Amino acid sequence: MLLIDDLQVELGGKILLKDIHLEIKPGETHILFGPNGSGKTSLLMTIMGYPQYEVKRGTITFKGVDITHAPIDERARLGIGMSYQRPPTINGLKTRQMVDICAKNKVDAEQMAQSLNFAEFLDRDVNAGFSGGEIKRSELLQLKAQDPDLIMFDEPESGVDIENMALIGKTIARLLQKDLGRENAKSVATVRKDRTKMGLIITHTGYILDYVPADKGQVLYEGVLACAGNPREIFQCIGEAGYEECVKCNI
Amino acid sequence: MQHLDDIEKKAKAAVDKKALFGDDLDLAQYDRSFVPHKYLADQEMCALPQDEQQRMLMSGLDVTGKGRGGTYVQKDTTVIHCHSMQDGVEVLPAKAALEKYDWVKDYFWKLVAPDQDKYTASAALELHDGYVIRALPGSKSIYPIQACLYIEKENLQQNVHNLIVVEEGAELHVITGCATSPTMKKGVHVGISEFFVKKNAKLSFTMIHNWAEEMDVRPRSVARVEEGGVFINNYICMKPVRSIQMYPVTYLAGENSTAMFYSIIVGTPGSNFDVGGRTFLQKPGCRAEIIQRAISNGAHVMNRGHLIGEAPGIKAHLECKGLLLNGGVIDSVPQLSAHVEGVDMSHEAAVGKVAQEEIHYLMSRGLSESESISTIVRGFLNIDIMGLPPMLKAEIDKAIDMSDKDAL
Repeated sequence: MLLIDDLQVELGGKILLKDIHLEIKPGETHILFGPNGSGKTSLLMTIMGYPQYEVKRGTITFKGVDITHAPIDERARLGIGMSYQRPPTINGLKTRQMVDICAKNKVDAEQMAQSLNFAEFLDRDVNAGFSGGEIKRSELLQLKAQDPDLIMFDEPESGVDIENMALIGKTIARLLQKDLGRENAKSVATVRKDRTKMGLIITHTGYILDYVPADKGQVLYEGVLACAGNPREIFQCIGEAGYEECVKCNI
Repeated sequence: MQHLDDIEKKAKAAVDKKALFGDDLDLAQYDRSFVPHKYLADQEMCALPQDEQQRMLMSGLDVTGKGRGGTYVQKDTTVIHCHSMQDGVEVLPAKAALEKYDWVKDYFWKLVAPDQDKYTASAALELHDGYVIRALPGSKSIYPIQACLYIEKENLQQNVHNLIVVEEGAELHVITGCATSPTMKKGVHVGISEFFVKKNAKLSFTMIHNWAEEMDVRPRSVARVEEGGVFINNYICMKPVRSIQMYPVTYLAGENSTAMFYSIIVGTPGSNFDVGGRTFLQKPGCRAEIIQRAISNGAHVMNRGHLIGEAPGIKAHLECKGLLLNGGVIDSVPQLSAHVEGVDMSHEAAVGKVAQEEIHYLMSRGLSESESISTIVRGFLNIDIMGLPPMLKAEIDKAIDMSDKDAL
């Protein structure tokens, strides 16, 4: 379980997030909505442990461990992973090597890349000259190899063409155990009961909702988690009335 | 034909001539007298002490000769092993070659001037030996010829003169390692190298340096490439050395000839590098590339690069990247000279430190901070060298890996 309590975060002396309370239980996926600059990415970066995001108050607990001030790699090893919107290029490091790093050499990079139509990129430098959609597939490939228990996605649909949206959506659903996984002959009830993965997804377009049945939606507005509720309903409300109007009510 | 007396006369006039770049060395301090060593047969090579073999291996020389087309080993001033197993490729000690073949004189000192500076002068006047490698017309070798210039004797100044001639349509790969014995500390290495790449021929020359803390190194090399010829030059140095100064020059003298220079330097504290390369693109269609990667852990690295476009329709690019890991200084001096219209020349130079963003990205995939940094640095050094046989490429990667472990 991820538990965030009374969190206040500053970046360069400026308060970005305040009074954040968030609880993601095993098996749950939450959707994070919010206008540009509302602090969504900052929240993900803070959970991942980026040191420039300074926690001034409150705590972050994951699997019962207080990770409020833990370094990034410790959180990664504890089972937190993130799909970045604009990850850096690492020159000279091949995507294949990156997959091996994520999986600690335990997976077949070739096979895994094929499932994402990404095999031809394995021998290219990580993110070097990748298009928006290619970056998403690269990030998903890395996360698939890393297999974290809490996976955060920063706008997984941005820059993705319609053709690849289904592939990306289904891959995310699979990563978060939100597909029904019928091929392994388990009953739907068992599949649902056995879910352990936790997800936190930032979306503007809402496309991802077509693929991932999310449990809860939250709106981040001016650094505050303003409302929570059914993600589809929130998305509809934002679409019709706008963020400002939406956060006035508590759905 | 230039007479040997003439060479001697020129050299004598230049014995005190300082080099254009690099610290000036007082050569009077060093011993240049001959050091006798026993010639070793193939199986005796394998009986060399393990630590010596290891030093040689780290410079790319495998004493078993496995996967090699021929071997030349010089210890101090003396050739201890020399043979070729490749049809169409001759490997000879330079002195023996000068006696055996008249044609050798047609090449010796034709590209490098004996009076360039005190180092060339010294090599001309007090030559120890060196290798002559010639690939006959049309011969294609898959396995590289390996050469090792090894120094064991303390305070020696080793004077070497190498000559490589790749005849028309031939392909040759040479890997040269320079190393010192594990106990040796102080000395000087002067290496004259002249490369002739004939029409449509291809030469890849890889040099790996493995020196000692108080070694001063002054290579002097010049290459001439004819029409359609390709010259690939790789240089790797990741071990401590007091100073290395070299500025190899390449003349692309024939149409559509190509020169590629790749260098990887990891400078440890106290080391002083003044390295680079200059390529003249003299005929239409010539292409040149200089790719340099330098890491300083406390060294002073001066990276020079100069591309000179003298004919229309040439294309040249220089890329110089430096990374300061742990103090030190990196000077990057890229230079482009265009002498005619219609040239396409560019350079990019960047010096910096390992980006936090990249470190954090890798950490979020589970690597520790130090693992992340070494992964990024390893990637920084991983330049894709084109046109090398896969085995030689693997050899270079291995050399980087091995040095990398100690250096970083």
